[in-house]
Amino acid sequence: MRDELTRLDGNAAAGPLSRFFTFEATTLEVTCASCGKESVLGKLPLYGGTMGMILRCIRCGEVILRVLELGPSLRLDFRGAACLALGPEPTRSAR
Amino acid sequence: MFFRQETARVKSITFETTAWAGHMAGQHVDIRLTADNGYQAQRSYSIASAAGDGPHIELTVERIDDGEVSPFLTDELRIGDLIELRGPIGGYFAWAPGTSSPLMLIAGGSGVVPLMSMLRTRYKAGSKLPAKLLYSSRSAEDIIYRDELDRLAANRDGFHLVHTLTRGAPAGWQGQTRRVDRDMLAQYGFQPEERPQIFVCGPTAFVETVADQLVGLGHGESAIKTERFGPTGDKR
Repeated sequence: MRDELTRLDGNAAAGPLSRFFTFEATTLEVTCASCGKESVLGKLPLYGGTMGMILRCIRCGEVILRVLELGPSLRLDFRGAACLALGPEPTRSAR
Repeated sequence: MFFRQETARVKSITFETTAWAGHMAGQHVDIRLTADNGYQAQRSYSIASAAGDGPHIELTVERIDDGEVSPFLTDELRIGDLIELRGPIGGYFAWAPGTSSPLMLIAGGSGVVPLMSMLRTRYKAGSKLPAKLLYSSRSAEDIIYRDELDRLAANRDGFHLVHTLTRGAPAGWQGQTRRVDRDMLAQYGFQPEERPQIFVCGPTAFVETVADQLVGLGHGESAIKTERFGPTGDKR
């Protein structure tokens, strides 16, 4: 079935992740626990939909994180990441 | 609320928001629809309007015939209706004026929407930052924002526009007539030595092909920001 065009990468996880992190999570530099590849979270390929999202490593395809929405609660499984690195926060443009 | 038909399948909708925190160009919103029986459907849509404090924001929506959300937005939404809209969301695929790196934008189909927000933001800021848009559409009738892009390009303020059509062109067409390829990126893009910031948005296959070609031309991976669209039922 053909459905809406939606984001198929980590950009789509920005909404739910903003409930866990005070900074913009899509800019996180994530190191894959399996193969060591570093990638920006927003670039990771996404599988699943709004209620459950899986982000995979851009190189080896292993699961890096899962976000699961259970009614009002949200569960984050980040075991596929060996390290998270934070760059400068994106600056908001003044009008 | 205000509507503008962009193409046969694409409509822009301006919303008046409440409690809007202000957005950067390239960010999106999540729209959640709740049916009378409690069933919910959520989709995210890129913000098309220039960065700013609101309260008005414009979204551009492509109607997908058997989609759960887009036909409602393009066909059934009426002025005065209330919509649950959350945002702004995202910060990776986002741009703000004030940097000196040239802006290189590559769009496939409705992937032009967040890039249009960047161009509108650049224009609104009076920026003369060199900027280029390479925009791939199926046919001339499918080009979104065609007149406004022509007007922006006619300002001669450092913005350069190149269209390419992949499924045939009308008589007298001045643009390109093939898929975006390495030669086209080399000819119409900035060179790696110019250190551009690159934003690529479109269908998954388009984005991955273009990103690989850009790396092949010598652009650094970290300079290339991508956003991939696709049908929800088809995750490769």
